[in-house]
Amino acid sequence: MKALIIPAFFVTGILLGISGKLPDSLISDDLSTLALSILLFLAGVGIGADRKSWNVIRSIHLKIVLVPVGIMLGTLAGTLVTSLLLPTLSLREILAVGSGFGYYSLSSIFITKLHGETLGLVALLSNMFREILTILLTPILVKYFGNLAAIAAGGATSMDTTLPVIIKYSGKEYAIISLFSGITLTILVPFLVTFFLTVGR
Amino acid sequence: MALVLLWMILGIAIGLTLSNYAGLLKINDRLLNLAIYALLLLLGISIGSNEKIITNFYGLGVQALVIASGAIGGSVLVSWMVYRLFFHIK
Repeated sequence: MKALIIPAFFVTGILLGISGKLPDSLISDDLSTLALSILLFLAGVGIGADRKSWNVIRSIHLKIVLVPVGIMLGTLAGTLVTSLLLPTLSLREILAVGSGFGYYSLSSIFITKLHGETLGLVALLSNMFREILTILLTPILVKYFGNLAAIAAGGATSMDTTLPVIIKYSGKEYAIISLFSGITLTILVPFLVTFFLTVGR
Repeated sequence: MALVLLWMILGIAIGLTLSNYAGLLKINDRLLNLAIYALLLLLGISIGSNEKIITNFYGLGVQALVIASGAIGGSVLVSWMVYRLFFHIK
């Protein structure tokens, strides 16, 4: 039952958005930034008060770097496999879309500018799907593939939009790894997209 | 984004002084859940109200879904290996 609450809020949001009957103030970025600030503050209080999460962080050290590096390599390998199913797209195009790591706004703008609108839209949708699927699948992914799985699926979004579900299912002691990984991947997005679409042409 | 992170650091600092107040921390957990729900509702709203996404969903959607599945599958498998090898804390 509890696992249904999260998608229920999310799907309700989509339907409310489609209905178009909401005041603009609810759609604005400011409100979600405020909600995110509150969330991180509360998560921070929980982390600070919880001795166990300090032990987790202490025992992790530099291994934290392996998380975004592994996610980047896994994403690129995974998207390469899909090229077998998508003969109309070139390897470059597929890798560029995959390099969005779920950061749909930036990657789709970059790809539209570098390569045209059609691939830009594929990038937008693909990276939105990555975010949506992460939110919906997190309980299952964490159960079968460990506490880093949702951070991996979330990619660049693990620093903001998918952070709530990650904290919920992996535990708040993973918030810092999640933020670190998301921030690193976010910084990589423009570099990798540009690299795949321009280098060697 | 940087400002948002400052909130977390402030929270951690406050949390460090509160570890002996179990009642307060229970309330904090409950508020945390509420914030999670609010944020997901807002994310849904921002997706649903973006017409570009809703109207072109079907045309290129399948390609996009295939690439997204590959990206998630590949990254989850590698993260699983990283987790098993380096992060499994007993």
